[in-house]
Order: sequence, then structure tokens, then C-alpha cells
Amino acid sequence: MKTVFVTVGTTSFDELIENVTTPEVAQALKSRGYERLVLQVGRGSLLPDPDSCPHVRLEAFRFKDSIAEDIQQADLIISHAGAGSCLEALGAGKPLLVVVNDKLMDNHQLELARQLHMDSHLLYCTCSTLKETLRTMDLSVLRPFLPGQPKNFANFLDKALGVQ
Amino acid sequence: MRLHIVVKTGSNHKPGAEGPVAALVVAGSGGHTTEILRLMESLSAAYTPRHYVIADTDRMSEEKICTFESSKQHSDSQFTIHRIPRSREVHQSWSSSVLSTLSALCYSLPLVFRLRPDMVLCNGPGTCVPLCMAGLLLGLLGMKKVVIVYVESICRVETLSLTGKILYLISDYFFVQWSSLRDKYPKSIFLGRIV
Repeated sequence: MKTVFVTVGTTSFDELIENVTTPEVAQALKSRGYERLVLQVGRGSLLPDPDSCPHVRLEAFRFKDSIAEDIQQADLIISHAGAGSCLEALGAGKPLLVVVNDKLMDNHQLELARQLHMDSHLLYCTCSTLKETLRTMDLSVLRPFLPGQPKNFANFLDKALGVQ
Repeated sequence: MRLHIVVKTGSNHKPGAEGPVAALVVAGSGGHTTEILRLMESLSAAYTPRHYVIADTDRMSEEKICTFESSKQHSDSQFTIHRIPRSREVHQSWSSSVLSTLSALCYSLPLVFRLRPDMVLCNGPGTCVPLCMAGLLLGLLGMKKVVIVYVESICRVETLSLTGKILYLISDYFFVQWSSLRDKYPKSIFLGRIV
């Protein structure tokens, strides 16, 4: 069953949760072949009931010790712009759509999402454009995200500190 | 004058040539801890003992550190975990931040003086400022040269964090992970993404 995983990390993002469970967005997901929708709602005040969403099978929870399994099972990830969430999704090689919370002021985390978007690693939208983006998005334009190379750091440091 | 000497001679100091490199590792909350542990994963057994310092209000970092250390293959290396008061909460005002940083310094100084690390490794949480200052002081007093290594978070693409701006001036090795920052901060080291 093709699955969409929605994550807001440790934040609250009620607008996204509300938007993604409307009949119109659920229909848009269904028309793209997604049948299951899993929501990680974090500190948000909305925790939708499994029966509340037409067209798709809905599950919702607040937090887990690890969302690695939910990410693994997903065919599409819809996330807030948090760095941890983005990097975890990209690290698992999953197509990622970031929904920017334009109600947050001076959100420096946008810097990373913006850069990753410019490098074609993820798609980008707001709550108001979510439905349209889901209808028209082309995931094939996304380029694979290569992991960082901490070995480069270690080699540099060893040399700099004279480690044998 | 002495401060100038201590800050400028960092790159000549090679503690690794004399034996293991004792590291004081600052673990901030959430993403900071994840990033610093990725860096630690890449370091060899030469970096021992490893003294992790976390803020007293941080619950999750201790668990992450213990999980990481227990997965290490080098059974002869040691680690410790220490807690100090948090320098500053997110959105804390300027004036109360100065006070809480001074309070954190009162814990940092005796801790760093006792541990005498060869190197302090940090990546952005406010907690690292008093610890790095304590390391600098150790050098100023002629007691030990402590190499200060700062790695700016991968989240920072266009602008440095407040901690980064402060430590850019006193660190021995300052890493950034995006080329736009390397262009703005010429003293920084750019090796691409390292976490």
C-alpha cells in the first residue's frame, strides 16, 4: 500500500495536519496512488481520529523514540522545514515535500530547506499551495542526496593534531 | 599580548604526536548532539578519554551518548559525562543570558581545569561558549594549550549561529559546511558536508 508519512518533528504545525486531512487533499493523494496516510503530529493540538479522513487509511501519533520505520515504509514524506526531519528523510533516500510554516517568524531552519530545494533534493510549498503541489508535482526531478563525509573531518583533524 | 599568542599558535600545537588526545565534547540538545556524535563516530581510538558535557536540562543527550559509546569497538577507550547549567534557553533575553553564561562559567572553569583536555570539540549550543572560554584561560595561564575545534551546524548555510560568531574569533579550527559561509568567513575550513 503506497504510503505518505507526514512529520512535524518536535514542533506543532496544526495548519499542516488540518490541511493534509481535508477531503480535497486526501483525494489528491489518492489520485497519485497513495492509499495510506501516517501523521506524526508532535506538540500540535490536532490528533486526527483514524476514521476522520475519507479516501485514505489514516494513522496518527505524537512522538516515537524513532520514526526510522515510518520513514522506511513511506513512499513520500511530507515534512516541516526542520533540519533533523529533512536530513532523516533524505538520508533514507525518500522523496520529500517540505511544507514551510509561514506563521513562524525568523525561522533560520529555512536556510537549509531552501538550499536543499535549490540543489533539487526536495520539493517546497506552503499549506495554501499543498493541494496544488500534490496534484502537479514531478518527483522525478529530485536528485539523490549523498550523505555527509565525516571521514574528511577526521582525516583533517588527525593531520592537524599530529595523530599517528 | 598573551591572548594573541595563545590564539595564534593553535595550529602549531600537535597533541596527537605525544599520545592520545583527550577530548572534551560539548553535546547540545537535539540536532546538535546528533551532529556531534556523527563526527565522533569518524574519530579513531587515538581520541581518548572522551569527556562529554551536556546542559543540566537535557534529558535525551545522555541516552544518545551512552548508546553511541557502547557501540564503539575500541574496548580500551573511556568516556565520562558531565552536566553544567545551560548558558541560555532559546529566546532568552540578552541581559539574563549574560548572567546565566557567567553562572555556567563558574561550573566550566573547575571542570576544564580538572579534566585538562587536549581539545574541545563543539558545534553550536550556547553551552560551548563558557567551556571554550575556560579552555582558552587554561592556555592563557600557561597551564595547558587546549585546541578549540568548532564545527558549525549543517543548518547554517548563509549565516553563522551566535555561538559561531563568538567562537570564530578564538577557535583554532573552525569548520563550515556550505561554501557560502566559507566565502564570508575566510578563516573557516570548508570540507563540504561532514555530518
